Amino acid sequence: MNYADLFRVTLPETALEIAALMVLVVDLGFLRKAALKVRVAVAALLGVAGCGAALWTVGLQNGNSFFVDGWEVLVVSPVALTAQVGILVLTALTLLLLIDENFTHHVGEFVAVVLMAAAGGLLIVAAQDLLVIFIGLELLSLGLYILTAFAKSSGKSAEAAMKYYLFGGMSAAFLLFGFSYLYGVSGSTNLAEIEQSIPLVGMPLLYVAWVLIVAGLGFKVAAVPFHLWAPDTYEGAPAPAAAFIASVSKVASFALLLNICNGLFQPGRDWNGPPQLINEILRNEFGRWQPLLIILIVVAAASMVVGNLAALAQVSVRRLLAYSAIAHAGYILLGVAVRRPYAGQVDTIHFVLDSFGPALRSANAVLFYILTYGLTTIGAFGVVAVVERATGSDRLDSFLGLHKRNPVLAAVLLVLFLSLAGIPPLVGFYAKFNLFAAVLGVSAGPVPFALVALAVALSVVSLYYYLQVLKRAYVMPAVDESPIKAHPVTMAVLVAIATAVVVLGCFPALLQNWIESCYR
Amino acid sequence: MSGIPVLSLLTVLPLVGAVIALGSGKHARAVALVTTIAGLALTLVVWTEWSRGPVFGGYGFIEQHAWAPSLGIEYHLGVDGLSALMLVLSAIVTLMSVDAAHRVHHQPGLYFALVLTLESGLFGSFTALNFFHWFLFWELSLIPAFFLIKLWGGTRRGPAATQFFIYTMAGSAALLVAFLAVFLATGSMDFPHLTLLASTGELEQLVTAHLGPVMLWLAIGVLAGFAVKVPMIPFHTWLPAAYAEAPSPVTMLLTGAMSKMGIYGLLRIALPLFGHQIAQIRTPLLVLAVATVVMGAWAAAAQKDLKRVFAYMSVNHLGYCLLGIFALAVPAAGAAAITSQAAALNGVIFQMFSHGITAAALFWFVAMMQERTGGHRGIGQFGGLRKPAPVLAGLMGIALFSSLGLPGLNGFPGEFLIFRGVFPLAWVAATVSVLGLLVTAAVILTVIQKVFTGPVPEHCVGFPDLHHGERMALVPVIGLMFLVGLLPQLIVATVNPTVMNLLAHWRF
Amino acid sequence: MLAWTIYLSFAGAIVLAILPKGKPALARWLALSVAVAGLAFAIAGFIAGVGQGLTVFVDLPWMPSMGIHFLLAADGISRVLVLLTGLAAVAGVLFSWNIELRTNEFFAFFLALIGGVYGVFLSFDLLLLFVFYEIAIVPKYFLIAIWGSTRREYAAMKLAIYSFAGSAMVLIGLLAAYANSGSHSTSLIELGHAGFPVGFQMWCFPLVFTGFAILAGMWPFHTWAPTGHVAAPTAASMLLAGVVMKLGAYGCLRVGIALFPRGLDPWGFSFIGFGSWRDVFAVLAVVGIVYGALVALAQTDFKFVIGYSSVSHMGFVLLGLMTLNQIGMTGAVLQMFSHGIIAGLLFAIVGRIVYDRTHTRQLAELETMHLSRRLPFAAWAFVIAGMASMGLPGFSGFVAELQVLVGAWKVNPWWVLAAGIGIVVGVAYTWRALQKAFFGDAPASPHMLEQEQGHPLAAITWPEVTGVVLLAGASLAVGLYPRILLDTIEPAVKALLAGGVQ
Repeated sequence: MNYADLFRVTLPETALEIAALMVLVVDLGFLRKAALKVRVAVAALLGVAGCGAALWTVGLQNGNSFFVDGWEVLVVSPVALTAQVGILVLTALTLLLLIDENFTHHVGEFVAVVLMAAAGGLLIVAAQDLLVIFIGLELLSLGLYILTAFAKSSGKSAEAAMKYYLFGGMSAAFLLFGFSYLYGVSGSTNLAEIEQSIPLVGMPLLYVAWVLIVAGLGFKVAAVPFHLWAPDTYEGAPAPAAAFIASVSKVASFALLLNICNGLFQPGRDWNGPPQLINEILRNEFGRWQPLLIILIVVAAASMVVGNLAALAQVSVRRLLAYSAIAHAGYILLGVAVRRPYAGQVDTIHFVLDSFGPALRSANAVLFYILTYGLTTIGAFGVVAVVERATGSDRLDSFLGLHKRNPVLAAVLLVLFLSLAGIPPLVGFYAKFNLFAAVLGVSAGPVPFALVALAVALSVVSLYYYLQVLKRAYVMPAVDESPIKAHPVTMAVLVAIATAVVVLGCFPALLQNWIESCYR
Repeated sequence: MSGIPVLSLLTVLPLVGAVIALGSGKHARAVALVTTIAGLALTLVVWTEWSRGPVFGGYGFIEQHAWAPSLGIEYHLGVDGLSALMLVLSAIVTLMSVDAAHRVHHQPGLYFALVLTLESGLFGSFTALNFFHWFLFWELSLIPAFFLIKLWGGTRRGPAATQFFIYTMAGSAALLVAFLAVFLATGSMDFPHLTLLASTGELEQLVTAHLGPVMLWLAIGVLAGFAVKVPMIPFHTWLPAAYAEAPSPVTMLLTGAMSKMGIYGLLRIALPLFGHQIAQIRTPLLVLAVATVVMGAWAAAAQKDLKRVFAYMSVNHLGYCLLGIFALAVPAAGAAAITSQAAALNGVIFQMFSHGITAAALFWFVAMMQERTGGHRGIGQFGGLRKPAPVLAGLMGIALFSSLGLPGLNGFPGEFLIFRGVFPLAWVAATVSVLGLLVTAAVILTVIQKVFTGPVPEHCVGFPDLHHGERMALVPVIGLMFLVGLLPQLIVATVNPTVMNLLAHWRF
Repeated sequence: MLAWTIYLSFAGAIVLAILPKGKPALARWLALSVAVAGLAFAIAGFIAGVGQGLTVFVDLPWMPSMGIHFLLAADGISRVLVLLTGLAAVAGVLFSWNIELRTNEFFAFFLALIGGVYGVFLSFDLLLLFVFYEIAIVPKYFLIAIWGSTRREYAAMKLAIYSFAGSAMVLIGLLAAYANSGSHSTSLIELGHAGFPVGFQMWCFPLVFTGFAILAGMWPFHTWAPTGHVAAPTAASMLLAGVVMKLGAYGCLRVGIALFPRGLDPWGFSFIGFGSWRDVFAVLAVVGIVYGALVALAQTDFKFVIGYSSVSHMGFVLLGLMTLNQIGMTGAVLQMFSHGIIAGLLFAIVGRIVYDRTHTRQLAELETMHLSRRLPFAAWAFVIAGMASMGLPGFSGFVAELQVLVGAWKVNPWWVLAAGIGIVVGVAYTWRALQKAFFGDAPASPHMLEQEQGHPLAAITWPEVTGVVLLAGASLAVGLYPRILLDTIEPAVKALLAGGVQ
């Protein structure tokens, strides 16, 4: 245990917390009488500055993790670094989009909660200990519940928050329950220690633990069947809160999932023994891990199917985005789940030796996916928020004639939604391609192939509902042709996001290389 | 003349004229006249040059260039006596048609452009020595003909044009399929080359080797394609409607020139390539030919409408050609048989030319009678025309007697030669066909009697006679009838080498 | 040189998208000059490429970690299709001259579509090809949905979903090939040498082929085509039938057949007469030919006739591809070009020249309008286009279809027989449409008569004349002298066949 390390590793979180406090102080202490606009601008800018500071401290990490008794507790791993940067950038974007909002007078509190929740997100992506994970997760979740309820005048907001809170509380309980079983089986709360100490032969208790943990984390990423909160929350929460839930919280949760999976399976680690033994070990490992993989695959497939099909029937764009988020969670889970071959394909030594590569690749692909997805979703919510402020509704029909009312906004919407649908040359396409290629690259057996085929087929379905929105924006005649005005900062942020989506789509190597460079 | 692509020029000339005519509105007829006269001059040059040329009976004016080698398509042109005669005939008939069409008020530019395009189609198909090229112009002639009927025809022109089009297209499809098969087997679409292959029996071997025993079916397909165009019973049903509904100048083209494309196809394509197969089914074909002769004549007898009478008479007259062609499709045993074949073939070719001139002239006369009476053309609607219009009656009478086959006129040598050749080769068919001759004679005499003699009906009172211009136009035609009738050698001498050449290459 | 066709089109699209609104004339001329410049590049590239094989002109690492390159190259097949795209683009702009609604956007989408199409024909990297393929689909949706007519939103959505379903199948195949090749590259040239296991090819080939063939209008996945064509604005249906369907056929050839040639091998057993995927797709192609023709014969809407005729004609392309011999595949490529030109011309006449003046496409109503007198130019342009569409000699369609038939006959004469029926019916429906639409004899209703006398139809404009002359001239030139294209196509097909396809 080295507290200097702890201090260094948690510098980003610290920076965020300080920023949160400063926002509170400035807003409540100095700007009580100021106009709402000023307060929002100041709070948001302070928050952004905090994010910037945190980003800077992320850059200060020297690659040493924080150890307790020789086991990593908070890592400075590639996944963690990438996810942290992603979380900070997305948080900053969320705050920038806040500038035009007027749903609350408690601006300082809102920004502070956002920053604190983001700090929770930073924590979980680095945590390697079940307890730290749980604490970070609760920090994030509690923030989200509050953010959801922030529009106090809106009944929907309150309802959404209550649902979210109840579901969240329950899932947290499940997760904790699962963790406790894991602890019971292995005698440790550290992922690496658990990996080494749980018995090689599968045992029923472990299965129970997997189910419970997947239930808990599945709730966070809104995977079917733990997704029921998502549509209501996305619909009811204030737009910035919804954007935050849809992006930052997603990035953090998926990074956590990657972390857990990475911590729990470390294939090919230091293996120098004879091939027969490898086979035996691998077979035994399957005994242990296969149930988890199967659970993840089932959840992934269910999310893809339910998310995409349910989205078809939505009339609220936010609900549509919620279901689309569920579908995207399904794709990503596929990348998380299909990391190992299936029995029957493991009889070559080469696979073991190579498998670290592909496993990394799928982790890379997942990271690429969540980062770009988070970015796109924030932009999408930003557009929805602008439209909603102008028309008072997020229904599909409020997008009618958007191309006349604000051509730039319509163009941004076009880019973002097509990217979500996975149309080249936008970044969503490359993310999907990369993810699916990684899945098949890890294991090209019939099951992964069938899953990828399902995913690709369902992304065709997704095109339909994305086009429903775009159709209204571009094709159908406008009911009201008065222009929609948006704050210049908002527009600038949205245009920047759309530009990033296009540029990263055309040159995905920019982001890809950065993620890979984190591993070196 | 070597070096100048005369035949290409000949084919392009009417197309150029067509483009000019299209843009010249009311002066289109003048443009067309100039073009057709130039075309006639050129064909006469070809005719005389060829007959004096070094190629005895074979192809002259050859142009040959690569076109689309993968499909065996070559740009290959050439004329022999048969083609040269057909070129002259086409040019004459087109000129007559243009001359006759002085009453086209509705879109004259388009009308004459189409007529000239049709002439180009005729020239092209009579000079082509490659299937693709030939087929191109065969179709090219069909399209303008369709529109000429469709746009300037009589009251029931729509169905007539459609029927005409469907029949000919179906025939074309059969031809195309047959040639596709031949190409697959031989890799060539070149007529002389294929003729050579067929004359040694190699064509049949190749086709059988590649596609199985389909040679006979191919022959039937090709025959069907041509039988429609001629037309031969039972493929003739489009003809009366089309001939009757088309404006008379167009009918002149249809019967005078286009029907010859069918006979020409039989001589240029069907007999050389499928002679053996045709010889196998000679009997049923002869039956059909005889039926065409006899039933054409009977049907003509039953008509009330002059145009329909002449239409069926055309069927009858071209039936003689079919009769001659199918009769000679028999393995020649001895010099006498060869002489008979040569006679029949000479007769067929002569008859093609002669019928072209005569039939065109007859429809021209009908056109004049229609003009003068405001559209009447029923036989019973006329009478005693020799009184108000003696010149017209006289000239038309000559044309009618030519059609009847009176010695001294152009109708006689052709029919005579055909029967001279057919009697030794297929005496039953020839005997039955004589019946056709008799009925035709009766029909023609009836027409002469009803139209030229008897009381003059009311609307024919004041029927104007031919005016000066018409006489000027008609006299050369009638003169030609006499000339060819009295001096058949003019044609036969030139055609005969080609006939011998063709017969030498046919294998029955 | 050819690469500039892509860059130029996209640049034009971007400029048009940000151009200030309210200057339709400027947008038109800009779009026209971009299209003409593209055509010029295409022609220059075509001429420069005569006698040359596969030439690579751009090869930049794009996604190095995945071995994906920005690889542009062309062989004879590409050059011919790029030329077709250039022609279709220019004609498309000319026939869109009267677009007044959101002109800038229209031409922006139009040029984006064109750029995507150029890109597909010139990409020799599978992923790049796929990217351009999808880029071409999106503008189509908007072109139809915004500027279309009859049930446009439905048609546009149907088209988009069908296209994306097809491209999803392609994507799955692409991913599988990528994962399976082991070469860590998506270059078509390298994947061509990957030597996939036969078992893999056996299921990947039909997947990819069907995926592309959906866009090529293969029966029974053709139903997007007629509705899409009918609803699309003239320029879009010209492009849709003219080049976008070719994208599918091109993909079938370049990806399906060239990468997975063994997928066409016999299965080793026979199932209701089918012994290989080749039989299956050939029969589907033949069914498409006959079915498309028969349905076209029964249509009452002029544009539907042309729409179904496209299905029929594209059947020849697929049939030609399935012959797997030199002449048949050459014919297929030539038919792609030929149909592109002819369908473009037909749609232009029906959609722009006739419909925009008469505001009806019902044959029964057109029959009473005596268009051959009132719009003689349209009538005769349609006669020419119809003749070309029927496959009369002298037009490009004849040579192309003849080659396909010859090639097919060498494989299975029954296919030819059935396709021949399709041709005959093709003549019939074209003729029927021609007769009814332009040379109808039906007496005009009093209302029509009044209209006929009082309001002459708008005169034919120069862009229309230019467009018709351009397209008809191209078809005629190729029909009369097919070697212009055949000399370029044949070596490319030969190289393809030598590369493992038999």
